[in-house]
Amino acid sequence: MAARRSRIPATKYPVERFTLDNGLRVVLTPDRSAPVIGVAVVYDVGIRSEPEGRTGFAHLFEHLMFQGSENLEKLAHFRHVQGAGGTFNGSTHHDYTDYFETLPANALERALFLEADRMRGPRLTEENLRNQVDVVKEEIRVNVLNRPYGGFPWLTLPPVMFDTFPNAHDGYGSFDDLESATVADAADFFRRYYASGNAVLAVSGDIDVAEATELIGRHFGDVPARPAPERPDFGEPDLTAERRQAYTDALAPLPAVASAWRVPDPITDFAGYLPYVVLAEVLTDGDASRLVERLVRRDRSVTSLGGYVGFMGDPFDVRDPTALLLQAHLPPGGDVDKVLRTIDEELDRLVTDGLAAGELARTQARMATHLLRDTDAVLGRALRMAVLEQQRGEPGLLNDLPRLVGEVTEERVRAAAATLRPERRASIEVIAGGAK
Amino acid sequence: MTATAPPSPRPLPPLGPNRRLKLPKQAERTLANGLTVIAVRRPAIPLVELRLWMPAGRTNLARGAMLAQTMLSGTETMTSVQIAAELQAVGGGLSAGIDPDRLMLSGAGLVTGLDRMLEILAEVLTGATYPGKEVGTERDRLVDRIQVAQSQPAHLARTALLRRVYGRHPYAVQTPEPDHVRAVRPAALRRLHAERVHPAEAVLVLVGDVQPERALDAAEKALAAWNGGGHSGELPPAPPLEPGPLLLVDRPGSVQSSLRIALPAVPRTHPDHAALQLANLVFGGYFSSRWVENIREDKGYTYGPHSLIEHSVAGSVLVAAAEVATEVTAPALLETTYELGRLASLPPKPDELEQARQYALGTLQLGMSTQAGLASLVSAYAGNGLRLDFLAEYAARLAKISVDEVAEVAQRYLAPARAVTVILGDAERVGPALSALTPVRTEPDGAE
Repeated sequence: MAARRSRIPATKYPVERFTLDNGLRVVLTPDRSAPVIGVAVVYDVGIRSEPEGRTGFAHLFEHLMFQGSENLEKLAHFRHVQGAGGTFNGSTHHDYTDYFETLPANALERALFLEADRMRGPRLTEENLRNQVDVVKEEIRVNVLNRPYGGFPWLTLPPVMFDTFPNAHDGYGSFDDLESATVADAADFFRRYYASGNAVLAVSGDIDVAEATELIGRHFGDVPARPAPERPDFGEPDLTAERRQAYTDALAPLPAVASAWRVPDPITDFAGYLPYVVLAEVLTDGDASRLVERLVRRDRSVTSLGGYVGFMGDPFDVRDPTALLLQAHLPPGGDVDKVLRTIDEELDRLVTDGLAAGELARTQARMATHLLRDTDAVLGRALRMAVLEQQRGEPGLLNDLPRLVGEVTEERVRAAAATLRPERRASIEVIAGGAK
Repeated sequence: MTATAPPSPRPLPPLGPNRRLKLPKQAERTLANGLTVIAVRRPAIPLVELRLWMPAGRTNLARGAMLAQTMLSGTETMTSVQIAAELQAVGGGLSAGIDPDRLMLSGAGLVTGLDRMLEILAEVLTGATYPGKEVGTERDRLVDRIQVAQSQPAHLARTALLRRVYGRHPYAVQTPEPDHVRAVRPAALRRLHAERVHPAEAVLVLVGDVQPERALDAAEKALAAWNGGGHSGELPPAPPLEPGPLLLVDRPGSVQSSLRIALPAVPRTHPDHAALQLANLVFGGYFSSRWVENIREDKGYTYGPHSLIEHSVAGSVLVAAAEVATEVTAPALLETTYELGRLASLPPKPDELEQARQYALGTLQLGMSTQAGLASLVSAYAGNGLRLDFLAEYAARLAKISVDEVAEVAQRYLAPARAVTVILGDAERVGPALSALTPVRTEPDGAE
């Protein structure tokens, strides 16, 4: 097979950064190729910061941020974004919560107004809280309780791998915790974590930098200054003995398994971390990848397989501790032990024999395509730059990622694979309770 | 609390002037073998998106699904792994999918790899071999995937709705039975490929950082030799909706009910299309709609209700979908019927219409602003005989629709009397209250 090597291309998105007096950090990345903009506000608080007894609270609070604010009635936020031709959403991650809009470019000031207004203060009322507890319960039913493989593995693997509450608990939350949440809890959470000093605003797309800077000052400048809270260290020691658990999913027709191994700190040891991101793709990206070729095509011991870094598949927006995950669905009666043994065997082979000619280069080329494709949408760019600013103070890293991925060497990938030993592994097995 | 004056309310900033919809640079060519190629330039990132739309009406369900599953499994010169590796080497990938209208190959890659991607595509189109071992592997995988799908409430609800809406039309059943898939052999796939994978009536769309004429030349060079007569199965028009009792599909133990409502709709080219799109938005087609504000933001019955007009070659239908808590299934239906009835009998408020109109116009701009979005849009249009300039016409029509026109189409299409309703859920728990609202016919889950 030809070992042709594609040149890894890069983007050159310009980046302007500044900080307002109240501590809000701002990133602008203009691009006038289409008349649309992306606006993202990212707060440095996520699932890991939830207090004990309040599982699911970060996500519940995300819902409350849409329920009206200082100058806006309930429902107004949705109507003003969509009535400007835009779309919106928010999402809660382990280490951050984001709020975002993508809009025609003529709605820039409106979007800034809406985000600034809720940064000053959401309307936290009993009625809104009860309503959104109900909505979140339906969200959990639709995504977890009423469907097969609900929460697998992002909710079911962390409690096997981790011991401390921040890392191990269910980020969607228990119904009991959600129902007992109070308006006072919400007010406290807002005061503590939704500070201007704990947030990043990013705007991308068809903007004039000078005009956008002026508008941002006008709308966010008088948001009261509050400093970022101290972020605790969520670190935990690595596993020294294999951990394995299983549960029966009454709805699942087929067995499944997921395994994870801890990886280096994504922020403080990026050079050590990146080879794991590449390794996950070498192992699982497409029919030509190692584990798909072996387990799906040759052995037929699994029917589908995926691999990624970060429990939500988010290698460039997660902090320590996190993990490289492999997950597989098995045919009826499939043998999980055998699958895990084969994975060990293939990892050993990778460590001992190295990669085939062209294998690394082609994986890197495809990773570059994925990275570029994700940033093609103005919103993808704004969100990623906001998180890169927040976690690393380096939004321009977005432009460098394809190149940095391309520079990871075979030696580094092999060395990463060598650490994925069974004794460092946590696994969760789904027993098919719905098998016919 | 001290008596401080409340802060004076801040006014919502006005929108700037609307920017005119600007269509990107494009070119089109029909090759001698009948293949239509459309190339659109969007140079924001150094990639190219590829969509190949081939008509697939009246394809045998199990063989069609297996064709899509195994088309990239090998050629005379390449194994499945080599195909994937060669595509990966240029940052690319291809995948195949099928539905009752079309067989589709889609992918994306580095623009420097366009020629290579097209070469591999051509080799697959003209020389896919359907090797026995690969077909065997993929057959088992597809059977497993269907089994998993059949355990998903959303899939079961959709299956029941399609059967109820389409009766004997080919659209009625869109997922093959595992036993039928197990019976598919490589020879049948080679036959089906020879019969159906041909360039006449097919449309290839290329969108990306490439001059359109250069993309057309590349496609012509790679695909001119693709041939083979075949047939494309004409589909009969989809039957009109026949309202009747609510179909309750029993899924014992469900903690939620899946509510699905089908209403009549029209194709994109119909004079009522733009007004119906706006009426749909006002009803349930976006977050700021009456239905979402009512059953989610007011009552907390559901997480993600939405309604959507689905366009297929043989007809269009409006589908409203919500997953609601078991204990509020009947109240959720009541509110849904109320909102449909209210829109069908009273005109919307002017500001409601303006909001929906701005949303419709804005999301056209957003949909065109990425290579992938543009490619999917151009391909969906082309599959229905339209070109990108339809977008400009459509935007102009949206801009002119009046309150009266929305009221008129709402009465004609969204009246609850026209609805076909299917609910999947725990029949024992939800049946009695539903029966108090409307006639109900109950079926076990998975009934033929």
